[in-house]
Amino acid sequence: MDEKKRGNSGFLKWLGNDLKDIGQTFVRGDWKTKLSFLIMGFGQLCRGQIVRGLSMLALQGGLLYFIFGFGWQYLTKILTLGTVETHREGRVTVYGHNSFFILLYGILVIVAVLALIYLWRLNLRQNRDAEHLLSAGKRLPSNKEDLASLFDKNFDKTLLALPVLGIFIFTVLPIIFMICIAFTNYDVTHQPPSKLFTWVGLQNFKELFGIGGTGNFGGTFFYVLGWTLLWAFFATFLTYFLGMAVAILINKKGIKFKKLWRTILVLTIAVPQFVSLLYVGKMFAVDGLVNAFLMRWGWISTPINFWANATSARVLIIIINLWIGIPYTMLIVTGLLMNIPAELYESARIDGANAFQSFRKITLPYMLFVTGPFLLTQFIGNLNNFNVIFLLNQGNPKSLELTNNAGATDLLVTWLYKMTINDSNYKIAAVIGIMVFIVTAVISLIVYNVLPSVKDEEGFQ
Amino acid sequence: MKRRKRIVNAICYIVLILISVIWLFPFFGLVLQSFRGESGGMVSYLVPQEWSMKNYQFLFGSNSKFLKWYSNTLIIALFVSILQTIVIICVSYALSRMRFRGRKALMNIWLVLGMFPGFLTMICLYFLLKALHLTEAGAIPGLILISVASSGMGYYVCKGYFDTIPRALDEAAIIDGATRAQILWKMIIPMSKPIIIYTALVAFMAPWCDYIFASYVAFGYENSYNVAVAMTRWVWTNDYQGFFTRFCAGGILVAIPVTVLFMSLQKYYVEGVTGGAVKG
Repeated sequence: MDEKKRGNSGFLKWLGNDLKDIGQTFVRGDWKTKLSFLIMGFGQLCRGQIVRGLSMLALQGGLLYFIFGFGWQYLTKILTLGTVETHREGRVTVYGHNSFFILLYGILVIVAVLALIYLWRLNLRQNRDAEHLLSAGKRLPSNKEDLASLFDKNFDKTLLALPVLGIFIFTVLPIIFMICIAFTNYDVTHQPPSKLFTWVGLQNFKELFGIGGTGNFGGTFFYVLGWTLLWAFFATFLTYFLGMAVAILINKKGIKFKKLWRTILVLTIAVPQFVSLLYVGKMFAVDGLVNAFLMRWGWISTPINFWANATSARVLIIIINLWIGIPYTMLIVTGLLMNIPAELYESARIDGANAFQSFRKITLPYMLFVTGPFLLTQFIGNLNNFNVIFLLNQGNPKSLELTNNAGATDLLVTWLYKMTINDSNYKIAAVIGIMVFIVTAVISLIVYNVLPSVKDEEGFQ
Repeated sequence: MKRRKRIVNAICYIVLILISVIWLFPFFGLVLQSFRGESGGMVSYLVPQEWSMKNYQFLFGSNSKFLKWYSNTLIIALFVSILQTIVIICVSYALSRMRFRGRKALMNIWLVLGMFPGFLTMICLYFLLKALHLTEAGAIPGLILISVASSGMGYYVCKGYFDTIPRALDEAAIIDGATRAQILWKMIIPMSKPIIIYTALVAFMAPWCDYIFASYVAFGYENSYNVAVAMTRWVWTNDYQGFFTRFCAGGILVAIPVTVLFMSLQKYYVEGVTGGAVKG
């Protein structure tokens, strides 16, 4: 709390200083600077900094046109997300407001306003600095120098401009949009363009947690969340330890054809997963090869429907995931095993340690220390491991106790996907997305505070 | 003692052979099924009763759009691979070599953004692409755009590699009068061949598996499918029996070039993956 207060007062202080600086720039500035308050880039143009001036002017023109020419109609409706529904007057369809675009473009306009304010401030600062330079009798950087600095001193701006813009439009904007959707009633009965949707506050969150909602949303959510965590745990640590075992086995002194064994394992990384996983999924189907072989060998008399039972489906998915995951761990561990000094093992052997003891005392601590971040990323990757679940059995089997198409092997992300694609239940999908984010963030924070390799970087040296 | 060692080694070999059989079995089955002449879905035997090339003939025949889908995927993979590598190099260089205001903030924001599940934004991205007319018939450039636009966030491995190149080299080059752009182009890139190959390889492989977003953006427009979308639909239709052996044949045709490429560049992949895992 205290820290937050300090943060707030720090911000206010900064804002105060900034406003003061803007005022001083205006009062002390010459007429070129004063006019630049209205026409961005004016001062720069007058002082011969054509490149800066023109780009400022163009940005101002473009943003103003976007805000007032295009976005204003959306921004004014953002509090209601539209009031006129598409309806028919006689035989003519009259198109009403489109809540989707009101929200999307509304957010975009708000961002454009912020960008304009930032540029305007930058523009004032450039004017102020230029005046300072001139009054000190120095020369302003020429156009050519400005351009050249984009490849030298300001090369970071050149490099990052497009990537940052791309991430903004195709990641940040959609995420802000979807977070907003979590607070609306956008679903199959409120679909633009024919219907409107509007703000509903925290209702979707309440529904997901099973407070006063219809159906068994609460139970289903915690059921899916539980399996997601369980799956991520097993998928991560089983592949980790078994992968390490395989790597040590291949690395063992006296084993020949090391490269061959590795190549065979690595095949599962190389072959696109939709080919291998779809085929393996079918292998375990009722009419699949596995059942056929088990019957032929007389182990079972009727085929087992592995995918129809919650427990067998879950176990099977974890096992098949080993097939995908072990080679990956094997590759990483192999690389790391070579970093362990051979003398450590040598002295352990002289002290009379057997193979298992030296694994427990040397290999394992080293591995856990070095691969801490790897385990974290693997765990988070598994929380969101869409492909394995979806290509194998689409989150089935379904159960009467679960609502909204959720199945026994559904992860939060596959459930989110189903809700988007099959049910068009965007509002709940958005809430689930936020939940996934919270789970990921909490786990990352905890692990980061516990990890030895993050805490003290020199620990094992 | 020696005898004991031999027994231990023999057990190790048996385990390894067992592992190899388990690992290779599905691929073995896939190849055999692709040459199966008799129709039907899964069958209870491994070796086909009738050997035939007709599944492959179907794929290349006029009744199938397999070649179109294949070239779609190849185009996406090539463009994504090249453009994504360029973006990642740019971002990594800026974050690794240059110090500017907001650098830490930028990295933290991207880290947090990465914690949101990718499918969350699917609907929004779809409508963004639609507004640009990059869905259905325009799905191919649309998919390339989406994959490349956000790729800057995947800079970790590459930046980690750049960080290991001593900064003293940069300083020496600056004293010699080189600009930042020249340092990147003439020094860092030539020194980073392994990581560039790794980045390009990973970017090239991803589109071959992209089912989710590709199917959403193509929105039922068959000419814009990639192989994953088209062939997954074969397996998931109710009468998958008719298409199962064709799926196997198509799967082989997809897997072979990708696998060969991967295997030939395996060295770089291992290097990138190991480096990335340790640095996080």
